[in-house]
Amino acid sequence: MKTIYVDNNATTRVDKSVFEEMLPYFRESYGNPSSMHTFGGNVAAGITKARERVAALINAEPEEIVFTSCGTESDSTAIWATIEAYPDKKHIVTSRVEHPAIKNLFEHLSKKGYTVSFVPVDKKGNLDLDYLYEQLTPETAIVSVMWANNETGVIYPVDKIAAAVREKGIVFHTDAVQAAGKLEVDVKKNPVDLLSLSGHKIHAPKGVGALYLKKGTKFSPFLIGGHQEHGRRGGTENVASLVALGKAAELAKQRLSESTQKTAALRDKLEKNLLERIPNSMVNGDPQHRLPNTTNISYEYVEGEAILLMMNEFGICASSGSACTSGSLEPSHVLRAMGVPFTAAHGSIRYSLSGDNTEEEIDAIIEHTPPIIERLRELSPFWSQRKAS
Amino acid sequence: MWEYTDKVKDHFINPRNVGFIDDFDGMGEVGSLACGDALKLTFKLDNENIISDAKFQTFGCASAIASSSALTEMIKGMPLDEAAKVTNDDIAKYLGGLPKEKMHCSVMGRDALEHAIANYRGEEVKEKEGEIVCECFGITNLEIERAVKESGLTTVEDVTDYVKAGGGCGNCHDRIREIIQEVSSQSITERQKMENLTNIQKIKLIEETLDREVKPALNKDGGDIELVDFNNGTVFVKLHGTCSNCASSHLTLKNYVETKIKDLVSPELVVEEVTQ
Ligand SMILES: Cc1ncc(COP(=O)(O)O)c(C=O)c1O
Repeated sequence: MKTIYVDNNATTRVDKSVFEEMLPYFRESYGNPSSMHTFGGNVAAGITKARERVAALINAEPEEIVFTSCGTESDSTAIWATIEAYPDKKHIVTSRVEHPAIKNLFEHLSKKGYTVSFVPVDKKGNLDLDYLYEQLTPETAIVSVMWANNETGVIYPVDKIAAAVREKGIVFHTDAVQAAGKLEVDVKKNPVDLLSLSGHKIHAPKGVGALYLKKGTKFSPFLIGGHQEHGRRGGTENVASLVALGKAAELAKQRLSESTQKTAALRDKLEKNLLERIPNSMVNGDPQHRLPNTTNISYEYVEGEAILLMMNEFGICASSGSACTSGSLEPSHVLRAMGVPFTAAHGSIRYSLSGDNTEEEIDAIIEHTPPIIERLRELSPFWSQRKAS
Repeated sequence: MWEYTDKVKDHFINPRNVGFIDDFDGMGEVGSLACGDALKLTFKLDNENIISDAKFQTFGCASAIASSSALTEMIKGMPLDEAAKVTNDDIAKYLGGLPKEKMHCSVMGRDALEHAIANYRGEEVKEKEGEIVCECFGITNLEIERAVKESGLTTVEDVTDYVKAGGGCGNCHDRIREIIQEVSSQSITERQKMENLTNIQKIKLIEETLDREVKPALNKDGGDIELVDFNNGTVFVKLHGTCSNCASSHLTLKNYVETKIKDLVSPELVVEEVTQ
């Protein structure tokens, strides 16, 4: 059975040319980039190039890029570094719809003496900007708002927020893990102080990320150790992965417009057909402000894990915001923050495409999904009640 | 991805006995859309009070559907009295086991059956007797106690996996811990008549008590305790790890271990530390 992979917000396939660029760093150029010999020096050159490429993707300077081990480390580093730099400021702000990498960190900090403001969103998932601005005080150390949401694809107005927050002298961080490679992410047009990236969402391997650190931003390292990354992150570099991230960043930049057009067209076709063919289905998240590759659809009166496992029978890979898929008992905090009712939240499916998806794959999903939903609804006591009334 | 057994997968992909018996003898409905799973069970009896047919409708994940399907297969052909004894562990066993986090699906099956039987017998299932402990999922202390007793649960996570309590905001975790504590001391007290026990039985009881009441607390501080001997009402124990080096270990021992042993096994016992 062929795999139909529409779970690219979870992770992506490593691009072939990315993979090929990594390979020499395992068995040939295996030196330590910090070494004094040319053998190691050549490896350092690979890192330099990678740094330039990552900087280019977001229109930053190479010195402003710190490599990390993942998006989560970039997020944690940004927040810890800032609150350490401003030890007297005990207030921090974020949104209700962040990835756990930010959400759980802020919840943790709320138990460590920090006051946290969680900015709400409306039904479509758009942030309440007035609420956000009202929270800002001289006590506020940092505001962190994601660039684009991983579950719904909703995009936040980072340019506006960054400007308003920085005007008050407050540090602004954005988690751009889902935005990079899917949107133009330009730190000159969007004046953020700190920005997180992750390799495995843009066709580089898992376990590598980067943090953009605007020149002049106060910073203290999260991993204290050697002088790597100019003393901003200790630890011998994961060279092959950094090189991969560099190559993936280059490809993401080159392919941005072509790939976003293609995925948007396929995504729109998928979404339109599923909504038309399946009654009681609806999109979660504002279609006007959304990543080109993502659609999050709720099928009422059925449960997401059951849908995913049925899809799995056809090799279709997607995600769900249902409680049962995560091991927690509550459905997605993102959908709940948007006020999506339980009837729909438990039955939400996220389809996230990449440039690798084909029209045939989309057609196959369109063909297989309606019978799956119908079958599960036949099993559901709520569906028969609804039909009866 | 959950690790489901082939049997769970089979009952999910090919559920048996889906539907609703219009002229049912008993019907039970549990769960809700908000909770993320719900089950409606109907059954029909023959002249000898044997369940001749059972059908279900389920909203929920794969293991909820599989548990419902399994339940109907299990009770078909069973005398009603016997069906009344089916437990959630029986359902899980029938399926070759369920992931721990999914045990609440089998509990939902058992609950629906209980409701259906009560409905047939014309009894009211006393919905929600006791005090609500978990506000998020509306779970009472009695429901938690029952699960702790029946399935030998020892942690808050266990309780959440089996009856969902504690799976939401987390405010009730302390109360759940208390309930587990209460149940475990009850079950020890029940078997408490020291005088009537043989020496071996006494040692077993002491060991059990140390294991479940004392060890976890010492382990938390990096210590450990071992039962060395029991003679004439004196319990000889050896302490390991941080407690044994600790100057106040004698105090720890007297105050903590002895109180526990006296409380839970017999007030006549004394504790002595063996040092080499
Ligand atoms: C928005 C967002 N932030 C952070 C992360 C975490 O990235 P990583 O998996 O590289 O730690 C993810 C990935 O799941 C994400 O989608």
